[in-house]
Amino acid sequence: MIDSTTPQPTPEARVVGAMRGFAQEIGALSAFRLESCIHCGICADACHFYIATDDPQYTPIWKVEPFKQAYKRESSALAPLYRLFGLKREVTADQLAQWQHLLFDSCNMCGRCSLICPMGIDVAALIEQSRHAMFDAGLAPKALYEKAAHQQLTGQPETSAEPYRDQLLAIGAKFNVPIPLDKPEADVMLCVPRTDIEHYPSAVAALARVMQHLGVSCTFRSDGLIAENYGYFSGGKDWQRTISLRLIDQAIACKAKILLVPECGHAYTALRWEAADLYGKALPFKVLSVTEFMGEELKAGHLTLNKAVGGKATFHDPCQVVRKGGIVDAPRELMKAMGVDLHELENHGGFSFCCGGGGGVLDIEAAAPLRYRTMEIKLREIDDTGAETLITSCSDCRRTFDDAQEHFTWDKKPNSLLELVASNLAQVEPT
Amino acid sequence: MDLLGFARGWGLKIAIGVFCLGVVWRIVGFALLRIRRDFNKPRKSVMKYIAAGLLTAGSRSWPHREFIGRTGAGEALGYSYHMGLFAVVLLFTPHIVLLGSLFGFTWPGLPSSLITIISVLTLTLFLAVLFRRLTNRVMRLLSNFDDYFSWFITMLVLVTGLAATAHIGARYETLLAIHILSVDALLIWFPFGKLMHAFYIFPSRALNGALLARKGATS
Repeated sequence: MIDSTTPQPTPEARVVGAMRGFAQEIGALSAFRLESCIHCGICADACHFYIATDDPQYTPIWKVEPFKQAYKRESSALAPLYRLFGLKREVTADQLAQWQHLLFDSCNMCGRCSLICPMGIDVAALIEQSRHAMFDAGLAPKALYEKAAHQQLTGQPETSAEPYRDQLLAIGAKFNVPIPLDKPEADVMLCVPRTDIEHYPSAVAALARVMQHLGVSCTFRSDGLIAENYGYFSGGKDWQRTISLRLIDQAIACKAKILLVPECGHAYTALRWEAADLYGKALPFKVLSVTEFMGEELKAGHLTLNKAVGGKATFHDPCQVVRKGGIVDAPRELMKAMGVDLHELENHGGFSFCCGGGGGVLDIEAAAPLRYRTMEIKLREIDDTGAETLITSCSDCRRTFDDAQEHFTWDKKPNSLLELVASNLAQVEPT
Repeated sequence: MDLLGFARGWGLKIAIGVFCLGVVWRIVGFALLRIRRDFNKPRKSVMKYIAAGLLTAGSRSWPHREFIGRTGAGEALGYSYHMGLFAVVLLFTPHIVLLGSLFGFTWPGLPSSLITIISVLTLTLFLAVLFRRLTNRVMRLLSNFDDYFSWFITMLVLVTGLAATAHIGARYETLLAIHILSVDALLIWFPFGKLMHAFYIFPSRALNGALLARKGATS
């Protein structure tokens, strides 16, 4: 069954839209990636959806098959031959509709498949491009489409009882920490996952507390508050741009030197590795993840932490921050500084399995049964470490684990690295 | 002109012509597409990520520790028959003489008996590869005409080569002509199918490896 948005385009318009979207995006690099596939199927062995189900349709490169077909038929060097002899059929509307499940429900865009390909193909990059085409075809899942539509219009992915700005101030009052808001100028501009506002207000307070401890000139901005980017999830590139520009404009307005991305994996990818391209030029400020920022401050001696964390702990590496973002050492240095007795997962660092909720999958209700199956891999690895505490540095991962705790009546609760840092800030004695 | 004369005369010339033009056409076909500039600030210096890309070009031949349990056997099979093919193509003395006449220099070869053993082993591996493609559900799903035809034509070259060396089935001249014709056919097919991966493999690994390293990402 197709989960899509209104108004429904005709099937023909869907195909035209998707192919146009894909053709617009196909550059030399993507074409080279598509050309290079040798159909070895090895990428399946990196994907938790395939490993959990043994179902070949979840082979990562198969998830872009209609787009490979379209590229070969429409834009490749041999396209005239493919068309003349009918060697590559036109992609049909039914085919695209079937692929919604493969591109959205069963892919976290975690990038693990990109590490295994013997041809070196970045399969995850191809999947992201295919999502853009699916969006253009009107085949973005309703849950993602509606949040993206709302966010690009209002700045919030969904309507909230109170504006997020007010909720932010209320969190500050509740946790007794000052929330810097709408300062005209600041060195660091902060933003916040709406997941934290709604589910983990203590993480918002933790961010404010760490910044206060460091004495950094910083501010949230009412008009650029939310870190998430549902345009990125849904494949709506124009909306992704609108949503990113809201933050970029605010960072420029307050003359920020750093845009600090909170514990939100995909927000980091969207802002750190994609925003400048959508902006059309280099950003006039740095984009840092809060984890790497705290790591840098620790290294510089500005952040001092108590070695007070007891018990065995393990760390879940958020894919977008660690594997795709390159922030492998900072979380481990922070944990070491707090005396965490870290027991690594069997697959950790850049090779960690996704929690299963990334790429917007957590928001897609229909994907939940499959997500739970894939999560079992991760939960087993966590249990195998014998750790009592699970730490991570992404709110969506945290929510995914919380959901798992409820679904599986699992005995572990995920903890935020940022919150752990905030509760172990050392008081510096005046000299 | 007899069959052998055609096979190594006009036949080979036409095949090399199609091969060269086709390969250039395939590469130019995507290389001339738009190259998007990346405005996002790299985590590493240009030299560092280029070096990482070059490293990935080689290191991706060996699976990461995390994957080896699942992919080791398949990859070993894949790389083994490629090595067998390279040995037969590049280290068989008659091939060296032919290639020497094209390139202007030669190199030492392996004894014919050893090449025969390698050829038989490679042939066996080729059959195993086909068996795997037909029985592995992932590979069967991904496979198309290109995969099977590329397998067939490479196998044909190997089989006819072995037959010619062992003088099995017909006069030597006829066997040799058939072998060279199969090579001509392979050269003509080469730019139209997956055999092009011979040109793509190292640049693809290097490029994607460098782009991942640009972000500091795992590669």
